[in-house]
Amino acid sequence: MSLLEIENLTLSIGEAPILKGVELSVTPGEVMGLVGESGSGKSMTALTVMRLLPHLSRMAGRVTFDGIDILAASEDQMCALRGDDIGMVFQEPMTALNPVKTIGEQVAEGIRWHTRASRAEAEERARAILDRVGLPESKFPLSRYPHELSGGQRQRVVIAIACALKPKLLIADEPTTALDVVLQAQVLDLLRDLVAENHMGLLLISHDLAVVTEMADRITILRHGEVMEAGDTARVLSEQVHPYTRQLAQASVHVPARARADPPRKDEGPSAVPLLRVENLSRHYPGRRLSLFRRGEPTNAVDGVSFSMMPGQSVALVGRSGCGKSTLARMVLALDRPSSGEIRFRGDALTGKSEADLKPARRDMQVVFQDPYGSFDPRQKVERLVAEPLHVLETAPTRAERREMVAHALHEVGLAASDMDKYPHEFSGGQRQRLSIARAIITRPKLVVADEPVSALDVSIRAQILDLFAELNGKLGVAYLFITHDLTVARAITDEVMVMHEGRIVERGKTGEVLDHPQSDAAQELVAAAPDLHRAIARRLQEQG
Amino acid sequence: MTVPAQLPDDGVAKWIGKAFANRSFLVGFLITLTVAVVALVSFLWTPYDVTRLIIADKTQAPSLTHWFGTDHFGRDILSMIMVGARNSIAVALVAVGIGMGIGVPLGMFAAARGGLVDEALMRLNDLVFAFPALLSAIMITAIFGPGAVNAIIAIGIFNIPVFARVGRAGALSIWPREYILAARAAGKGKAQITVEHILPNIANQLLVQGTIQFALGILAEAGLSYLGLGAQPPMPSWGRMLFDAQTRMVIAPWMALVPGMAIVITVLGLNLLGDGIADILDPKSRRRR
Amino acid sequence: MSAYLAKRLGIAAVTLVLASLVVFSVLEIVPGDPARLMLGMNASDAQVEQLRDQMGLNAPLIVRYLDWIGGLLTLDFGRSYTYSVPVIDLVAERIAVSLPLALVALTLSTAIAIPVGLYSASRRGEAGDAVAMGAAQLGVAIPNFWFALMLVYLFAVWLRWVPAGGFPGWSAGMWPALKSLLLPAVALALPQAAILARVTRSALIEVLNEDYIRTARAKGMPYRAVLWRHALRNALIPVVTIMGLQFAFLLAGTIIIENVFYLPGLGRLVFQAITQRDLVVVESVVMLLVATVIAVNLIVDLTYAIVDPRLRSRS
Repeated sequence: MSLLEIENLTLSIGEAPILKGVELSVTPGEVMGLVGESGSGKSMTALTVMRLLPHLSRMAGRVTFDGIDILAASEDQMCALRGDDIGMVFQEPMTALNPVKTIGEQVAEGIRWHTRASRAEAEERARAILDRVGLPESKFPLSRYPHELSGGQRQRVVIAIACALKPKLLIADEPTTALDVVLQAQVLDLLRDLVAENHMGLLLISHDLAVVTEMADRITILRHGEVMEAGDTARVLSEQVHPYTRQLAQASVHVPARARADPPRKDEGPSAVPLLRVENLSRHYPGRRLSLFRRGEPTNAVDGVSFSMMPGQSVALVGRSGCGKSTLARMVLALDRPSSGEIRFRGDALTGKSEADLKPARRDMQVVFQDPYGSFDPRQKVERLVAEPLHVLETAPTRAERREMVAHALHEVGLAASDMDKYPHEFSGGQRQRLSIARAIITRPKLVVADEPVSALDVSIRAQILDLFAELNGKLGVAYLFITHDLTVARAITDEVMVMHEGRIVERGKTGEVLDHPQSDAAQELVAAAPDLHRAIARRLQEQG
Repeated sequence: MTVPAQLPDDGVAKWIGKAFANRSFLVGFLITLTVAVVALVSFLWTPYDVTRLIIADKTQAPSLTHWFGTDHFGRDILSMIMVGARNSIAVALVAVGIGMGIGVPLGMFAAARGGLVDEALMRLNDLVFAFPALLSAIMITAIFGPGAVNAIIAIGIFNIPVFARVGRAGALSIWPREYILAARAAGKGKAQITVEHILPNIANQLLVQGTIQFALGILAEAGLSYLGLGAQPPMPSWGRMLFDAQTRMVIAPWMALVPGMAIVITVLGLNLLGDGIADILDPKSRRRR
Repeated sequence: MSAYLAKRLGIAAVTLVLASLVVFSVLEIVPGDPARLMLGMNASDAQVEQLRDQMGLNAPLIVRYLDWIGGLLTLDFGRSYTYSVPVIDLVAERIAVSLPLALVALTLSTAIAIPVGLYSASRRGEAGDAVAMGAAQLGVAIPNFWFALMLVYLFAVWLRWVPAGGFPGWSAGMWPALKSLLLPAVALALPQAAILARVTRSALIEVLNEDYIRTARAKGMPYRAVLWRHALRNALIPVVTIMGLQFAFLLAGTIIIENVFYLPGLGRLVFQAITQRDLVVVESVVMLLVATVIAVNLIVDLTYAIVDPRLRSRS
């Protein structure tokens, strides 16, 4: 018998239809994966089960949990279910915990609320569950506050809250999306173990097909509030009968066709001037002030890094979050000053130069950021936004020249010239990333630094943007420094990989070689933790024989 | 409301449509507009001359000839309210202008420079905040003599740190955005970024704070002129009218009622307008002072 | 002591010193010779000069500043020109009126505003919320001295429940004294309460949108319980900030309100002293008020540290 049964669920918020006839079921001890791109309604499905929907929501259909009609239940009944029989884990560990309460209070609170246990008793149980999720009392006493924990540790606390009373159903809404791959693997392992131990049902919501394939027994694929396909994970993904399933699966492992196959030309040899040469570069941040006379240990965000890049080369800089890769990128872009070391761009030193002297370098060096929503001034039109780097040209173009250049850049990234009179909010996430790229190539730079340029995008859009990067690399001969934590991206688009760990580059080599045969511990850890769709499907099929 | 099919910029049209669908904005806008019109009309015409004292007509209750009655010198209260409105508006408006004109650049400068400059400017802000505004206004007007101009300066000075704080906080929230990094990567300097990107993006907050300070300015001006430190007779002012009314409350309560209502309605209108603008521009955050 | 507290204390001290410099130099440039004012127009120049010497007015600026500060620190505020009594006596007598008035008003305002804000936030969008916030919107627009006049008219002139003004002194007994402070306190408190109620509500509503509120609700706690246990404490920071600012407003507000009710308080003292050019009184009382505001701001900063563990930095 099903633990959770969703039948013909329809949901609208205000005037907007969100879910259209969703069907889904979870049996005890089973992991059900709910997959979909942004806006598909997967989070709203979860919130419907919890009955924590925003105001003005209207629901129809049937949701049954353990014999209880959820849509008809009173708020009191729901309060009795939430946290006791149904636990929920959310996406954003940094904001999911109350900053002014200790982790002990927050874990014990639900226990006391539901069991009427004494404070001491509840704390004892809180200690036990925190220990279970990997936060032992000796290192993480109950009196810790959330800000004293890292993102991964906070997510463990959230899981402890959700699982404290051994719920029958656990709902995890993108529980690892905000974490790096290594933490993701750890948290997924933890969830898998908890489910097995307590014979819980798990509804795992994710945009990442590889993650869901690794975790879920059965899978439901959602698009625009409708179920596209549902069934046994191995079967659905190996057969890929439904066109949308196939599209998702292909996009997740997409490798763009790359025109150029000639790495730095041999005839120029080692004597050729590298496009970018970084020597012994370091960036230290002073420690946090602990008291009037004491500071904490300084942190070495980047610690003695040296590397060089040839023109036209595409290099990935991969590493866990906090390894210093973004700091390194900012220094390369001359947006942050190094503590020591030197950066040479086409042979000229960037370090210690004034903004005016940097102009020629800036012309040949552009940037694409991660967040397609935050990287445009919402009050300016596309024409001004894309034309912004023209500022570094020696002679300012006329209005007509400027429009011509913007139109050309837009054309190159697959947008229409007429788009230049629109505001950024009129574009979708993928289109905005195209705008970002248009802005980056308008000055015909020799180097584009891209900081996680596709990690905020849905898989199908991500595949298109990767294609665009590959195409421009071939067409314009522009070199890329790709900062990413996602090894599939690195594999798709780069010639070489540098693995960064705790401020240092620990491994460098051809992309395929490093990813297939990692040498350093850090690289091995990354490769082992990275979800891989092919591998996951193979494993599933093997398990089933 | 009906919107013409084709407009040159549908952004503006949409904004106006949204604005007038917002009740706070609509009511606030109408009240503010009315007060402004009344003040403007008073330059051209008032029912009676407010400088002529007709003792025979003193403290008459409201009637058809004097809608709001007369004061202890026989002046028509409606006419005095009209002339007083322009005094209130002028003082509060110029004071907001002083506060914005000096405070906002200071705040944005502090945010752009950071470090010691920022620290020093913020400590200066703390210093001004340590003086209760009304107390300092009294000191200033007492030292330089009472009058509308000194009231403006006194209120204006205390608007400076308010706008500096809003400008700085707003700018600090914009600086870490990626589009600022993109502008820096395009080689733009701090001053240029401040003008091109920061200021347009904090204009909303400044506008809302402007209406709040405008309303507070009207209250402060009334307080100062009540104490005899604002506009001097024979120039009518709402605060002064309340002072004159105080000792005659038993015989002529309308003398106190009418100017008070004028202040309440004006301030209410401005606050509603500010709330409305804040609501329309950002329905998610309804920040109050 | 944590870095946060050390920094706040340092800032308060620096602000206090700067403020004293401002007060001192502003009063230096005030037109009018105090000695001449005291002796009247008929005094000879020699007499005036002698008095100036006596009063220390001829000493160098820096000496006079240090004398003044030294006096303040030892509670020797000098003598009032107009009252011819030590300023400290005047101040002590007036504080006995102003401080209870400000405290009663602050208490009253908080006691009204916090429950109303909580009520409104918990019933957001319902009729009760609309009525409460409508009243608050009106309250914010009412000038306190006009509100005071209306209260006098209603309760003193018409109903004759309380005196219209004046202060019998604490020697007349607890009740008559408190009774004469009642209307002034209400007049000060209600407009402030309106502001505070709005801030409380919007701070709560903002906090209620946070992710951790959803986490708490997913634990099975009802909305009201979450409001009390999770939202209120997080919403306290903006509320305490406004309360601190309001204390400064209340201090200044007493100047006007004490004039409306003819109360012999600090506000009235400083107002009269300014118009009479009694500079010794002015600089002492202004400095006292400014020091109070700085102290209250320091208390507000300390409250932040109590409320928010992130400010209590620890290793």
